[in-house]
Amino acid sequence: MSSTTVSLKPTEGQAFRRSRVDVWSVFFTGATGLATALILAILAIILLNTVINGWPAISWRFLTGGTQSDMFDVNKAGVLPMLLGTTARVILMTIFVIPVGVITAIYLTEYAQNTSPFTRIIRSAVNNLAGVPSIVFGLFGLGFFISFVGRGMDAVLRSGQPEPLWAKPAILWASLTLAVMTLPVVIVATEESLRAIPPGLREASLALGATKLQTILQIVLPQALPGILTGGILAVSRAAGEVAPILFTGAAYYMRDLPKALTDQFMDLGYHIFVLSTQSPNIEKTRPILYGTVLVLLALTFSLNLVAILVRANIRKRARAGH
Amino acid sequence: MSWFHRDTSKRMTAEPKDAKRTIGWMGIQRGHQARPLEWLAERLIFLTSLSAIVMIFLIFLFVTREALPVILGRMNSAAVQPVIPVDKLDSLKPEELMLYLGLTPSEFASKDRATIKLLMEVKAEAAAEVTTDKDAKINTTQWRYLLLPYQWSGYDKPEHIWQPISDIRKYNIVPLLVGSLKATLVALLFSVPLSLAAAIFVSQLCSAKLREWIKPAIELLAGVPSVVLGFFSLIVMASFLQRLFGYESRLNALVAGIALGLASVPVIFSIAEDALTSVPQAYTQAALALGSSKWQAAWQIVLPAAIPGVFAAVVLGFGRAIGETMVVLMASGNASIMSWSVLDSTRTITATIAAELAEAVFGGEHYRILFLLGALLFAVTFLSNLAGGMVIQRLKHRLEGGA
Amino acid sequence: MPIPMKFIRPALLLVLAAIATAAHAGSITVKGSDTLVILAQKWAEVYMGQKPDTKIQVTGGGSGVGFAALQNKTTDLADASRKIKVNEIEACIKAFGKRPTEYRVALDGLSLYVNADNPIEKLSLGELEGIFSGRIKNWKDVGGSDAAIVVYSRENSSGTYEFFKEHVLRGKDFVASAQTMPGTAAVLQAVSKDKNGIGYGGAAYGAGAKHLKVSKEKGGEAIDPTEETVLSGVYPIWRYLYIYVNPDLDKGEVASYLNWIRGDEGQKLVKEVGYYPLPKNLRQ
Repeated sequence: MSSTTVSLKPTEGQAFRRSRVDVWSVFFTGATGLATALILAILAIILLNTVINGWPAISWRFLTGGTQSDMFDVNKAGVLPMLLGTTARVILMTIFVIPVGVITAIYLTEYAQNTSPFTRIIRSAVNNLAGVPSIVFGLFGLGFFISFVGRGMDAVLRSGQPEPLWAKPAILWASLTLAVMTLPVVIVATEESLRAIPPGLREASLALGATKLQTILQIVLPQALPGILTGGILAVSRAAGEVAPILFTGAAYYMRDLPKALTDQFMDLGYHIFVLSTQSPNIEKTRPILYGTVLVLLALTFSLNLVAILVRANIRKRARAGH
Repeated sequence: MSWFHRDTSKRMTAEPKDAKRTIGWMGIQRGHQARPLEWLAERLIFLTSLSAIVMIFLIFLFVTREALPVILGRMNSAAVQPVIPVDKLDSLKPEELMLYLGLTPSEFASKDRATIKLLMEVKAEAAAEVTTDKDAKINTTQWRYLLLPYQWSGYDKPEHIWQPISDIRKYNIVPLLVGSLKATLVALLFSVPLSLAAAIFVSQLCSAKLREWIKPAIELLAGVPSVVLGFFSLIVMASFLQRLFGYESRLNALVAGIALGLASVPVIFSIAEDALTSVPQAYTQAALALGSSKWQAAWQIVLPAAIPGVFAAVVLGFGRAIGETMVVLMASGNASIMSWSVLDSTRTITATIAAELAEAVFGGEHYRILFLLGALLFAVTFLSNLAGGMVIQRLKHRLEGGA
Repeated sequence: MPIPMKFIRPALLLVLAAIATAAHAGSITVKGSDTLVILAQKWAEVYMGQKPDTKIQVTGGGSGVGFAALQNKTTDLADASRKIKVNEIEACIKAFGKRPTEYRVALDGLSLYVNADNPIEKLSLGELEGIFSGRIKNWKDVGGSDAAIVVYSRENSSGTYEFFKEHVLRGKDFVASAQTMPGTAAVLQAVSKDKNGIGYGGAAYGAGAKHLKVSKEKGGEAIDPTEETVLSGVYPIWRYLYIYVNPDLDKGEVASYLNWIRGDEGQKLVKEVGYYPLPKNLRQ
């Protein structure tokens, strides 16, 4: 028996706890915290500036008034036609993008083999589509939809009449262009929600004798609806704020009526902000209208984003619980 | 790994070789029995999912198709071209007429004689108005004039000039490339350190309760449309920065770059933060157990492990910044100066396309050069995305042991 | 099995397309000059108030945009703040076989704007040419304070840009460091915030900056842009504002709209917006 047992005296334990403070750690923790605070501060400034300057212009008349008179008259201006124009093109876009996006996501999760080069090409294409600049989409809308598809439709449906009906900027082409642009968003969101569904559910369905397609349509898809909804909302929020793709494919400066046919042009919130910032005859006088329009657009995109974030957080919580 | 590829009707212990051979061309098992309607539906699903690939291909095809004549050097924009008098109309062969008037065969066939005569008269009028400038005979759409400096009349040294509306149309694209690169570099210099620092803070260093609030707040920045950012930088930020730094041009590459940086912060932040959070907790816990502080664990252990994701974030941020249009249209001053100083106004590729496309005639040389710029932009973002994707794949393989 | 989405979508499209082709009647598209766009919108508003069956859509973008749209057949009327060029006429003939019809619809004087704090009151045409082409770089060379001149210009799709280039710069290029703004209002706003700025634009865009008097030669009589000086041609930088139209479309609704614009009612609006109405002999 030796007396070499180590005994931890209380004082030694305290010394252990009182470790040296690493100066660099504190500094960098503070620095990164500062960076985060800076980003949040800039966001807050943008919001506050818009709200403070735009709130006086908001009134029921502003939101529901419109084109009855001078667009630059502070007392009579309104955003209703722009609001409805934006909403119309976004709804039309959703009709095109949700089916295609959901079906592609179903293929990618349920049918495709992850290691096959073909699947990798599709995924790579989806990622690349997400990275294409918005102005290139505008060029694409002009070069493909209006010049190619539109001219083709005119040649077939209206041969003999000199005036083109389909080969002009229109809400139809703007919506199609936006649908192509937001396709990756829908695909990614739907895929995420499909993966969140536990495989046990599908196995149970198959075991009971359902075919694969029945399983997808009746069991998996209804469960994935919140995710599809998120994808749709994110796509809508992104498309509502984009101006570059609609610059040449359908936005108009002034129209008295709302777009009634697919071949009509439309007024748009984002485009109107651009026009007001650069073309109003008296900058100081139209400042309230400008800020008011910005506030409406921000409110629209923010509320959509918020809803999407909440729904997505819900899905992720359920996914972690289920796996 | 898609779980459907266990064919429950066959034996459960299929060998990998066997399994591969039973998978058909759509990734569906051979022997997978489907009712006719469902078989049709599955084929339709497959075809629809090709849409992403088809779209990328179509974008590339149609944008490049419009730019092709300039790429191949087949356009002639010389201000002075030899004039054929109107009364010689009938003595010319159809090919010569087509070349002189600049018509494609189908256009030529659709015009009657009166129209052709009118075109010739107008061409004669144009010749009467023509300039006697020494550069009038140059075809300015040749690649030499698109890329290299040249001393035009009225200038005292060779310069890169983009002035498409002029008697002598000058299409040098170098000032635009420099402008885009300048603005993007400023944007990255501003946003990458900021978003990476914020990502590290939010994922590693702050408490869970704070994280719940801060993360959605920063992602809310993604909900600010680019036209609002452009408006904000035009009206508020430009004056503020000018008062702060006291430079000459109110709208310049610095203002545009910072606004672009603000637009790419959410992109870089969310991807980097995702990458940092998906590093296994075990790494951090091991480091902490060995006595490191949270910062040391984050900087020396977690960040290196998350490099693929961080790299992807930066690449995507770059793509977003170089492709952004409305911000630079409103905030950069749009002067096509060839200078590397960030305090000068600058003109980017995207703003040029947005501002000038509406006034370009379909099929004219200005139109085609704008499409050329668009094709260039598309190629750059496509290649950077591809490169980023490949690097991520390789790094992921290495980190996960080549799964 | 419920009807799959894949079948609903094409059916919906067919229905919408049917509605579209049916419900398309009597709409006039107007595109072009930013100088004219406020006036064009006012005209459209009042005219549609009188004739509710007509639909008019107005877009700006610059005179170049209007001409391009005319050639691409995506507009009925092209607003322009400069005369059409010969190669644009050529493109129109290629597009629809005839020369476009030109209508003069108003008069305008181009104003030069400087910051309200700038001591300069007048400049000659020669000095303006020097400033905007880059030869004169400092305000002290024209009698002002010692500061570099910051030049603000318009995008090259603007008819105002081209008119200025042709008549004041006499064909020379603008200085490369000129900041190009997307609209006259942007030019005004920039100049009003920049002590050393100078810009140009239509006289109707008034408030915010100081208008300079212009003299033909240095030391000559400097003239203010007002209705009399512009109408009589005394003010050196004045121009007509035009509308161009495809002769094949110049009938029915379009023709009556054009007549209305050039008649007394349309010209009354011209004055309200801030431009100068056509002299009586040119009216409808």
